[in-house]
Amino acid sequence: MEPLSWGEIFVAVMVQLTPVWIALVAIFALSVTFKGRLGLYGKLFDSTIGMIGFGLVMFWVLAGVLGGPFDLIVTHDPLSQVSGMKNEPPGTALRSPAEGDYPYFLLGGDNLARDVFSRVIKGAWIVVQIAPLATLFAFMVGITLGLPAGYFGGALDTGLSFLANLILAFPVILLFYLLVTPEIVQTGIPNYMALVLFAFPLVFVVVLLNARYWTRKAVRTPLLAVVILGLGWLYLSLVSTGGAVVATPEYRIPGLPAAIDLFDIDPGILVVFVSVVFVNAPTVFRIVRGLAMDIKTRDYVAAAQTRGEGPWYIMLWEILPNARGPLIVDFCLRIGYTTILLGTLGFFGLGLASESPDWGTTINSGRQLLRAYVHPAVVPAVALLTLVLGLNLLADGLREESLRD
Amino acid sequence: MGLFILKRLGVMVLTALCLTFVVFWLTNLYPNLEKLAKTQGNFRMSDEAVESYLGRNGYLQPLPIKFGQWLGVVPGWVIETDGTVAGKCFDAGTPEEARRSYCGVLQGDWGRSTVFKADVGGIVAERLGLTGKLMFFVMLLMVPMALLIGVLAGMREGSKLDRSLSTVSILSTATPEYVSGVIFIAVFASSAGFKIFNGSATSAMDDATFENFTLPVVTIALFGMGYIARMTRASMSEVMTAQYIRTARLKGVSFGNIVLKHALRNALIAPFTVIMLQFPWLLNGVVIVETLFNYKGFGWVLVQAAGNNDIELLLAVSVVSVIVVLLTQLISDIGYVYLNPRIRVA
Repeated sequence: MEPLSWGEIFVAVMVQLTPVWIALVAIFALSVTFKGRLGLYGKLFDSTIGMIGFGLVMFWVLAGVLGGPFDLIVTHDPLSQVSGMKNEPPGTALRSPAEGDYPYFLLGGDNLARDVFSRVIKGAWIVVQIAPLATLFAFMVGITLGLPAGYFGGALDTGLSFLANLILAFPVILLFYLLVTPEIVQTGIPNYMALVLFAFPLVFVVVLLNARYWTRKAVRTPLLAVVILGLGWLYLSLVSTGGAVVATPEYRIPGLPAAIDLFDIDPGILVVFVSVVFVNAPTVFRIVRGLAMDIKTRDYVAAAQTRGEGPWYIMLWEILPNARGPLIVDFCLRIGYTTILLGTLGFFGLGLASESPDWGTTINSGRQLLRAYVHPAVVPAVALLTLVLGLNLLADGLREESLRD
Repeated sequence: MGLFILKRLGVMVLTALCLTFVVFWLTNLYPNLEKLAKTQGNFRMSDEAVESYLGRNGYLQPLPIKFGQWLGVVPGWVIETDGTVAGKCFDAGTPEEARRSYCGVLQGDWGRSTVFKADVGGIVAERLGLTGKLMFFVMLLMVPMALLIGVLAGMREGSKLDRSLSTVSILSTATPEYVSGVIFIAVFASSAGFKIFNGSATSAMDDATFENFTLPVVTIALFGMGYIARMTRASMSEVMTAQYIRTARLKGVSFGNIVLKHALRNALIAPFTVIMLQFPWLLNGVVIVETLFNYKGFGWVLVQAAGNNDIELLLAVSVVSVIVVLLTQLISDIGYVYLNPRIRVA
């Protein structure tokens, strides 16, 4: 068959992405219709920049979700190699397509003769899963430590700030090179870090609810029991793999038995996840600490103190809600930064398996032959660029709209 | 002021010590030592051979003692195997009276690289020079461009010029070096695009020309530029709403004069600190760009040292980068005080 021209490639890609367009139009139509009732999210649709950003982000989220677990958009298996398609330019037809195969490699083949288009879509799913979740964990750690540091000050603040500055003084890439290696995975250090870092959301939610319902013991006790049981189960499933929390050749610490373990995390992904949270948490800590120091001098905090509220109630139910504006904006920016960090890890071939379709790893494998074959590296590079750009624009739009009132 | 600097220097030394200890601990974990032994010997070494290699080279001593030896506060190891005496501080053939007992960082001895088979101090100095050259051109391009964009965008907030320049700076902060580098090579240095520049900067180490040095410099400068420009814009637009600017305007001073003579001085205080704090971020960019363009500077050494678990080289690299980070923070604090007389430190 004849290879496709550039116009035909464009049309074919657009057709292939139909599910994304349908979902995107539906989301925008619903949001614009009900924007008056949707608070800050609704106001986003008043600013052009915010809408463009939201559209770019949702495009990749939808492409990741629909292409990943639903398997809708992808044309070929992202890991299987097709003979004769090595480094072929975009739009090349398959030599001998089997019955039901998509007859073209829309964006060409990479150096192992895999379909670039399908890999980018599958890679979006990996990024869309890890980046927001890692950012969320970093925020939990940063908020849980930053609020008391800013509110109480003193030795606690000095100690925690020193630790945060210590981590921040490390060049990120050096830290990654030291932490994200198979040798370190062997020693079990990522598991210990996961044990500590993953505990923060649990602690955060428990303290949050406890502070709120402290005076209504009849509500508080059953609520906390349910929350601790549920989140505790999730936490233990998260940290234990194959019935052990830490398993090294020398010793093992038993964890949740495999029978009731909800899910296992691949050790390569775990170490990437943990180190990204570890790198991001100190910055969030500093932001939250600064906000807490600023807000604790306000009148409503003094009023709460006079009422006799406990320090955790004041921190979590007076200070934190009033710090939400800058924190939401930073959350968007930080997801973008986390995406960049994930790409950096992939670029240096750290952590994720070398055949993984995530964008950083794909850029890394494409750059060896970059001077001869451009498309295997440029397609994921543009994908990463547009996602991060979307997040930045979204943050900008949110900042503008939240400043308006 | 003197006390403030002294205190900050103390914290700096403490931070550097803690960080080097962390690096030391991570690189001296047994699986890492095993990898080191196998890259130095051969990859099919038995466990006993690995053990004896590590023992012979002093790697199996307790961690604090090894760290003390590296610092130079504990005498270096001397190990006798089969009649030959080997030590950390002398070569095999040195007569007994010429042997030194201390050799560490405090004595100015940074150790020996296991990858490059050379003294660490020499390697780091040479590679830092090369990276210094790269950074010089990056700064030369990045700082004026960023300030120009920021000032132009910030002098009339909300105008068309502001909108488009702000979008440019957002775009540049959203493009990490490995993305812009790949796109630049694809467009300007590949067979599919225009062949204007060189996609490799290896030849720029001896002889930097426009063809081989432009792409790496632009790639690093672009990512840092957006952030500085946004800070400058924020600071500039704040200054432009100040009372004294309005007064000058009402007095009939021309817009150009207001921007250049009245606003600029005050608007450049904040960007100064941001520029200084960008240095540590540039270090990241340097590692990526030097790897991508094969420019064998400091970042390239970092990757080599970390990839091969070259302990002493890696320690020296981390000491240098930590000092760069902390020193720029100190300079930015001091500079801020000097530029802004309203701020006083105790």
